[in-house]
Amino acid sequence: MTQEDLTITDPKMKAHGVNVFYGEKQAIKDVSIDVGTDLVTAFIGPSGCGKSTFLRSLNRMNDTVASARVTGQIELDGEDIYAPSMDVVQLRARVGMVFQKPNPFPKSIYDNVGYGPRIHGLAPSKAELDLVVERALVRAGLWDEVKDRLGESGTALSGGQQQRLCIARAIAVDPEVILMDEPCSALDPIATAKIEELIHELRGKYAIVIVTHNMQQAARVSQRTAFFHLGTLVEYGKTTDIFTNPKQERTKDYITGRYG
Amino acid sequence: MALTNDHTVKAFDEDINRLRGLISEMGGRAEQALLQAMTALNKGDLDLAAQVVRDDKKIDALEAEVEQLTVQTIALRAPMADDLREMIAALKIVSVVERIGDYAKNIAKRVALMDQTRSIEAIPVLMSMSNIVVELVHDALDSFAARDAELAVRVTVRDKNVDDFYNSIFRTLVTFMMENPKYISESAHLLFVAKNLERMGDHATNIAEMVYYVVTGERMEERERGETPEESAAAEKEQG
Repeated sequence: MTQEDLTITDPKMKAHGVNVFYGEKQAIKDVSIDVGTDLVTAFIGPSGCGKSTFLRSLNRMNDTVASARVTGQIELDGEDIYAPSMDVVQLRARVGMVFQKPNPFPKSIYDNVGYGPRIHGLAPSKAELDLVVERALVRAGLWDEVKDRLGESGTALSGGQQQRLCIARAIAVDPEVILMDEPCSALDPIATAKIEELIHELRGKYAIVIVTHNMQQAARVSQRTAFFHLGTLVEYGKTTDIFTNPKQERTKDYITGRYG
Repeated sequence: MALTNDHTVKAFDEDINRLRGLISEMGGRAEQALLQAMTALNKGDLDLAAQVVRDDKKIDALEAEVEQLTVQTIALRAPMADDLREMIAALKIVSVVERIGDYAKNIAKRVALMDQTRSIEAIPVLMSMSNIVVELVHDALDSFAARDAELAVRVTVRDKNVDDFYNSIFRTLVTFMMENPKYISESAHLLFVAKNLERMGDHATNIAEMVYYVVTGERMEERERGETPEESAAAEKEQG
């Protein structure tokens, strides 16, 4: 692969020589990758390959695991996110995350979205908060479905709606990066298509990284794909190249279903 | 590589193997059609010619079967990378092989239309030309079966010989026609035969280009063809 083709102009996040350990076990080995705002990046690979671990190191989610240790350099807008001066709460607002299973708070739809902006002081008045909540729900493609019942519990929504609510919640604090860890694995095909359409809509507004087991999904939503195997980044390239003409034998074996 | 490396889902391998078998059978039938058509032309064998025309239906049927299986496999298995390239190549290759069969049928149909007393010398040259074309078609399909990109490149290089034959036969037949109007009808038929053979050579090249794409994931470039020893040797010969 030619380096020029893959250069991300103005990368939002840069990871260089990243290693992640869980106790003695090394889960990620010397991974370097850039993530940009204009392109959706997909991480693919078999279970246990480290893709989720690496994703979680991008907003220091691994801090919550006692035995986890991260070395190497990860920068957000040129700033080392593991520097002692970094405010982790602030970091996670800037680098939002959407999980595999929708996890709305057991609160109203309105509060689910409004909670973040309120504690981060993004909306001092009720009117401003109303506006932030509406804008986030519109962007997440959920507004028309919930605008008349914002007071209802978020957990009363369907699975797909809950996931879009979680995306609205992430968007509400005006993040720069959104990390998605298998966001559709618990959803039916229609709800999945809506999330994929949403990812397409959000591209360019936020840097988006998605971990997915569904290779068709990676092919559909991303412009760049990174294949992880046994904790290493085996191949990174344009999604069209990875799925039509991968350079590495291991990538080919995995995406064609010859792995293992 | 891919040939020895099985998919986790065995039924996928079975589909692919069946596809390869069908393409191989179709290619074999097209080669045979060409050989028989040329033999029928050479010997004025009308029965053999009629058989070539009849057998072409089997080639058409095989094309339809491959198309159906390919579409089905793409829909059900969502092939990726070299598997995907193979599906696309399979579709293109069978349409080319079907054309080769049609050209053979066209040659066979001419046998009955021509005066059976051969008065022109061009026939032995046409036979030599057709032998090269049969080899090219055979090697092109072999390169597909063996995933052999080098063999595919050599096929495209050797197609030049077929073109040279065609140009030479064209000149010869035009000369015949000018010398004696009595030969015009027969010469015109033989000219079409030569043109059919020349087109078949081009189709063998098309197959070879698809094989190259399947194996390497790249399009065959002009310079790729120029790099083969045959061509550089041929170039040297011309200069010397």
